[in-house]
Amino acid sequence: MSARAAPPAAAAVTAPPPRARPSFGRFLRRNPTMALGGFILILLLIIALAAPYFAGDPVSMTPAQRLKPPSAEFWFGTDHLGRDVFARTVYGARISLLVGLSVAIFSIVVGLAIGLLAGYFRKVDAVVMRLMDGLMAIPAILLAIALVALTKASVFIVIIAITIPEVPRVVRLVRAVVLSVREAPYVEAAVASGTRTLRIIRRHILPNTIAPLIVQSTYICASAILVEAALSFLGAGTPPDVPTWGNMIAQSRLYLSVAPWTIFCPGIALAIVVLAVNLLGDGLRDRLDPRLARRM
Amino acid sequence: MLGYIIRRLGSTVLVMGIVGVFVFLLLHLSPGDPAAIVAGDNATPDQIAQIRERLGLDDPLPVQFIRWSGGVLQGDLGISIFSNEPVAKLIGERLEPTISLSLTTIVFAVVIAVSFGVLAAWRAGTLIDRALMGFSVLGFSVPVFVVGYLLIYLFSINLRWLPVQGYAPIADGIGPWIQRLILPTIALGLAYVALIARITRTSMLEVLSEDYIRTAKAKGVATRPMLLKHALKNAGVPIVTVIGIGIALLIGGVVITETVFNIPGVGRLVVDAIAKRDYPIIQGVILLFSGVYVLVNLLVDLSYSFLDPRIRY
Repeated sequence: MSARAAPPAAAAVTAPPPRARPSFGRFLRRNPTMALGGFILILLLIIALAAPYFAGDPVSMTPAQRLKPPSAEFWFGTDHLGRDVFARTVYGARISLLVGLSVAIFSIVVGLAIGLLAGYFRKVDAVVMRLMDGLMAIPAILLAIALVALTKASVFIVIIAITIPEVPRVVRLVRAVVLSVREAPYVEAAVASGTRTLRIIRRHILPNTIAPLIVQSTYICASAILVEAALSFLGAGTPPDVPTWGNMIAQSRLYLSVAPWTIFCPGIALAIVVLAVNLLGDGLRDRLDPRLARRM
Repeated sequence: MLGYIIRRLGSTVLVMGIVGVFVFLLLHLSPGDPAAIVAGDNATPDQIAQIRERLGLDDPLPVQFIRWSGGVLQGDLGISIFSNEPVAKLIGERLEPTISLSLTTIVFAVVIAVSFGVLAAWRAGTLIDRALMGFSVLGFSVPVFVVGYLLIYLFSINLRWLPVQGYAPIADGIGPWIQRLILPTIALGLAYVALIARITRTSMLEVLSEDYIRTAKAKGVATRPMLLKHALKNAGVPIVTVIGIGIALLIGGVVITETVFNIPGVGRLVVDAIAKRDYPIIQGVILLFSGVYVLVNLLVDLSYSFLDPRIRY
């Protein structure tokens, strides 16, 4: 992994390379998993954003072309309604990435706010943490199912329903950081010198939560993408006419033996995205959070 | 120790109480009229009024909650809107497949994952270690239903080794029962294997660098007892913790796996209930699964002092 291209000997003698110059190539060599994960994600993001320009129509049905295997015309074949599986897979990436990123951002923001309050103000702590324990005891998928089943299914509702079970995990993380930092001598010094609470939180406590939160956000993103797909698959997610990977697999399951591509194309896409996010997360963890890296 | 158990039991009851409030409020905090939600889109005002009366929705919330939780404590989870049968009975009828699948998965996952983890830690840094850990990242990333369909496609449709779907009660013989559980168990267990294998490796690595392991090696303890008796038992606390936490993963996976493999368990019951908006069933199943999760983690906490006698409460 760390094998580096040997520089020409002559050049090395005359001009030793400047030490630790932050270069992109060096960064890539040092963090191969992070680079690979990041690269795949950026690529997928571009594909998702550019979908209308090249992917074709994900919803139009051509009954004459039902269950056609992959070909030059239909790269990923067609499904039982004659829809282009390639176009649908590409459009599915939009929903998956949208849900993954939104859930990560929302749950971090909400969890950070609650976690800071609970960690810093002891009176809030007991009540909030019991509520979080209760929320965490409900399996995430079931809670999301129940929330979606209550309302009209839409992408936004799905995002909210997946965010709620993720919040307690962020709260616990932030609270743990706050509890350990608030006893640190520099925070005591700040308190002693009369710094206002809000300023202590902003200047001394908040920065300590950033690294673990970045790492956590990647895992939340991966889990959100999986849960969204599972909800759609179970029929409790995005409306069935939206091309998402979970919907595609749910609608094609009767055709597994005759048209496996209708299930495995979105399935593999799903696995690649989640794998990329997980690789990015592992790389970030090793780099940003050595304590956690040792524990995992 | 006894004091700790009592305190721990107290907090378990408290957590379940909070879960109960959440589950109760789910239906009432939603925008709109709960009776209309339960009745569905095509209900007439008469039907809605009927449901409202049957669920006692006109009483104040605290009264409704006390009545509901009183029923739950006596095992009364309400009446299914769709089939008019008690939810507890409907769940009871579906328990066997779910329990079977969960138990086979836990056994499969723990045996495979702990062996993988021990092997990876023992051979840390080698190709075996890298391959096993690479496999574990993959196991986290491939969703249960994709693995499930892949297994069905390969082993049932193409090779015709195993039945495609369904469930055979254990009363009909152990052969058909296990045959139909093999693929669901593997599909469901994969993520769990990944999770446990990772923590086993880390925990083992830590223990293997301890002085007493060096001593054991120096005095000539053979590799197998050294790994299993000296190291694994001392690495046990984090492993058991993760097995407990992973139950949440398993429960979510059960719901999906039962759908993929057409297993008539509790997971199927709740998935069918979503389409019919049969809210008492959804509430009952959430309560049941949350209860199992809380209970398992209680047992995990209590097992610490057995695994590590230094832990006293």
